[in-house]
Amino acid sequence: MSYPDVVVIGGGVVGAATARAFSRYQVDVVLLEKEPDLPWGTTRANSGIVHSGHYDRPGTAKARLCVRGNRLLRRLAAELNVPYRQNGSLTVAFTPEEAAKLSEWYARGRANGVPRLRLISGRTAARLEPNLAKEVLRALHAPTAGVVSPYELALALVENAVTNGVELRLESPVEGLRPAGKRLEVATPGESYFARLVVNAAGLGAEGVARMVGDETVALRPRRGEEYLLDKVYGSLVTRTIFPTAAGYSKGILVIPTAEGNLMLGPTDVPDSGFEDLFTTAEGYAAIAAATRRLVPSLPGPEAVIASFAGLRATSATGDFVIGPSPTCPQLIHAAGIDSPGLTAAPAIAEEILFHAQAAGLKLQKKREWRRGRPAPVRFRELDDKARAALAAADPAYRHVVCRCELVTEAEIVEAVRQGARTLDGVKLRTRAGMGRCQGGFCTTKVMAILARELDLPYTALTKRGLGSEIVVEDLARRGGEGR
Amino acid sequence: MIPLLSVDVAVIGAGPAGLAAATAARQAGAERVAVFERLGEPGGILPQCIHNGFGLHVFQEELTGPEYAERFVVQAREAGVEFWLNSMVLSLSAERRLSVMSPQGLVHVEAARVVLAMGCRERTGPNILLGGARPAGVFTAGTAQRLVNVEGYLPGREVVIVGSGDIGLIMARRLTLEGARVKAVVELLPYPGGLARNVRQCLEDFGIPLRLAHATLSVEGRRRVSGVVIAPLDETGRPVLSRAEQIPCDTVLLSVGLIPENELSRQAGLELDPRTGGAAVDERGETSIPGIFACGNVLQVHDLVDYVTAEASAVGRWAGSSQASGSRELALVPGGNARYVVPQRLSAGLVPPFTISTRVQRPAGASVVRLGGVVIARRAVVRPAEMIRVDVKPGDWTKVLAEVGSEGCLRLEVEEERP
Amino acid sequence: MSEEIQRFTCIVCPLGCSLTVTQQPGQAEPAVTGNRCQRGLEYGRTEVSDPRRILTTTISLTGATLRRLPVKTAAPLPKQFLLPGAEALRKVSVAAPVRLGEVILPDLLGTGVAVVATRGVPPGS
Repeated sequence: MSYPDVVVIGGGVVGAATARAFSRYQVDVVLLEKEPDLPWGTTRANSGIVHSGHYDRPGTAKARLCVRGNRLLRRLAAELNVPYRQNGSLTVAFTPEEAAKLSEWYARGRANGVPRLRLISGRTAARLEPNLAKEVLRALHAPTAGVVSPYELALALVENAVTNGVELRLESPVEGLRPAGKRLEVATPGESYFARLVVNAAGLGAEGVARMVGDETVALRPRRGEEYLLDKVYGSLVTRTIFPTAAGYSKGILVIPTAEGNLMLGPTDVPDSGFEDLFTTAEGYAAIAAATRRLVPSLPGPEAVIASFAGLRATSATGDFVIGPSPTCPQLIHAAGIDSPGLTAAPAIAEEILFHAQAAGLKLQKKREWRRGRPAPVRFRELDDKARAALAAADPAYRHVVCRCELVTEAEIVEAVRQGARTLDGVKLRTRAGMGRCQGGFCTTKVMAILARELDLPYTALTKRGLGSEIVVEDLARRGGEGR
Repeated sequence: MIPLLSVDVAVIGAGPAGLAAATAARQAGAERVAVFERLGEPGGILPQCIHNGFGLHVFQEELTGPEYAERFVVQAREAGVEFWLNSMVLSLSAERRLSVMSPQGLVHVEAARVVLAMGCRERTGPNILLGGARPAGVFTAGTAQRLVNVEGYLPGREVVIVGSGDIGLIMARRLTLEGARVKAVVELLPYPGGLARNVRQCLEDFGIPLRLAHATLSVEGRRRVSGVVIAPLDETGRPVLSRAEQIPCDTVLLSVGLIPENELSRQAGLELDPRTGGAAVDERGETSIPGIFACGNVLQVHDLVDYVTAEASAVGRWAGSSQASGSRELALVPGGNARYVVPQRLSAGLVPPFTISTRVQRPAGASVVRLGGVVIARRAVVRPAEMIRVDVKPGDWTKVLAEVGSEGCLRLEVEEERP
Repeated sequence: MSEEIQRFTCIVCPLGCSLTVTQQPGQAEPAVTGNRCQRGLEYGRTEVSDPRRILTTTISLTGATLRRLPVKTAAPLPKQFLLPGAEALRKVSVAAPVRLGEVILPDLLGTGVAVVATRGVPPGS
């Protein structure tokens, strides 16, 4: 049993930003994550777009928090040394009807307070993006849009939060919430926490958490989206994120230059998906290929796809974020129904949660010492020869390049394990080992060897992403040992 | 200070191509020949290819991969080739300067000649748009081969192999021998991707079904593979979903093709041939950048290691000699049933014999191989899985030159003979 | 007794010739067609009477960084011994050093066929 001031449920980007925001104050915070590592839910499959904020209607939580989040996130990425690029976005119109819609969004953006938004002609758009379809009539240029690595952002937020005293508990699914006097008991398999305040940032699990206190205001309707990542060779076909003038709930199927220099195509938007529908399909790719080639005709075919994945948006039935105290339990504050622009909004959502926490009576006094920044992790692939030589001279583990596609060294993988990676995916998200064009074909066995050594585990206990995802089933050397 | 090393020939990769090229370069007179290899031992992929079938052309006997590698390692050492193991080439410039991360730290290498012998990588699930939730238990066949044969671990007990490339066929037998059950090999095309004899001795010997003309629709399972869904193709090549079937398994191996590893070639800025995925070379294996040569699977994906050795030896000899570059005024392009042709450039003044390799687009019966209209070879049967290598004889070359003159474009055609 | 015809792919080299082997009643040796060499002829004949294969597998290795030692049968093994042979070898372990070609087992399952190492493992490796 423990008695923290705050328990944050969920180690996605919203929970991470919230925990980090609390870490600046004199409160005890526990961050609970059900998986053996993070961020493995919705954040992991995020497109990584930092939206400018012209899409959502003025007055919605999404509009308010996106525009503010855009500003906060830029600063946050710099503080935490997370890959971020303010590449801007172009939303393009092919017809007069679409052009009219762009004008509407332009007005919306102005009302939402989006800076430097401008409507441009097809010709100007073509000058900015020479590979854009020639048929583009008009475009909405949002220079404040950017791209960030979503999982690095969440990992960096958590790392910084932990540095500032937040306690991270992995493999801790919440099994029950019970009011206990003025506190709220949070039951997990290993421990019960009696918190003054609990933040529900459980992503797809947020509806279940709310129901634990009889609260039915959080109703989620997951929407599945597929994404396809292209080889870095094609990374410079466009500089800005290219949006169509979408008519539906989502912002459409996009061409996204990632913070790491790839192009990503997607996402699809499948309403009323199951809570575990994390699969990709042939139809999904076909839809994405057709939609993105309309935007950028010179995009390569499927042979350029190096990774594909699906994510689930934790869309709320209302279509807007659900932020604020639970009507049935004032100690529970929701940060639920977070779909796009949730990544952008995350730091602003965290601010708002802190506001609600204070309103609920939690005293937030700043710590005297607080580390704002996170030291930049070594990214061997981004260094020049001089820097690489210096690292190698100082530490032999930098002389061993494990992942050849993304140039990841043994030293970086050992550091990732030190940071908490226990699985192949944990190493991958932290270092990019296995994320390149061979998709781990060459480095999987090498990463396994390092994991086995550092964690002192047999190969048969190593997993891709936790229990049940073991990589090999049997050690051939343990089949007997008769001499010859 | 980053140490600078000067060599006559720098060979990138110590697989079968690199070993043969380095040995030949030394024998051709190059003083200092250094091979840079990422792995801790030379041989490339051979040490994990523990099956027999190597060396019939080169040694007239049937060897296993490790035995074949051993012979070339011994040869290379005896020839005085310098080995840099655990040494990865990080960059290559058009001026033939390399950055190498070695066990001694970072070194710069300036080379009079460079031989690219980086080999190839396997196509992955995303490359073929394999659907599913990315569970554990999906391996490329080569990765599984390394896990079983070198690391000593069984990847799974019930296996479906997607694609019928040679490594997949070999692994079907290998996993069966280790006690796993291989439930099917599923091939999209109406004919196998690997050699006919591997279908015989790896599948038929063990009663493993080969499902030709079947699409693999998705891999099932969330944490670990629980099955695959396959469906037969109709005449137009579309999967017939009403006849889809699920095969329960815990492991999926992918054997769906190989891609030459030309990332360093791209850095150097040399011309690549989209048909082969490798460098465009002349009859000596020299690329569009003088002094940079290419051979083995980084140049074109081979079916037999014996051919890699033959090709790399020839290229290594040129790289090790001090001869000036070829004139490269003739372009060579594929025609008819030929899918590609290597070399892509020829020098009018070349001295035959020289070797041309090609692969066909589709299987066919008795076929002729024509160069600039001149028949240079015949084959009783041609299959996409099998490389066609023809040594062009001096007499034929004279005829070709007479046909086309000494400039312009030459066509290499493979055409089925009318009965 | 009528004539018996079998068709299969030759495996002695990568050409993969399609062989037809016909056993006429009363004839000692079956007739082979489709082969392009003498070895193919011999293969066609033995394949119908006494099919054999080289078995390659790995065995456990101790006292070295390498965990598995690749081995092969020194001669082709009767086909029905492939699976039992591999199973028997799964339990065999050998200590480094090992010479390339060293005999690991002199007689695999009473077939008279030896098993030899296909790579050397020098001392201290």
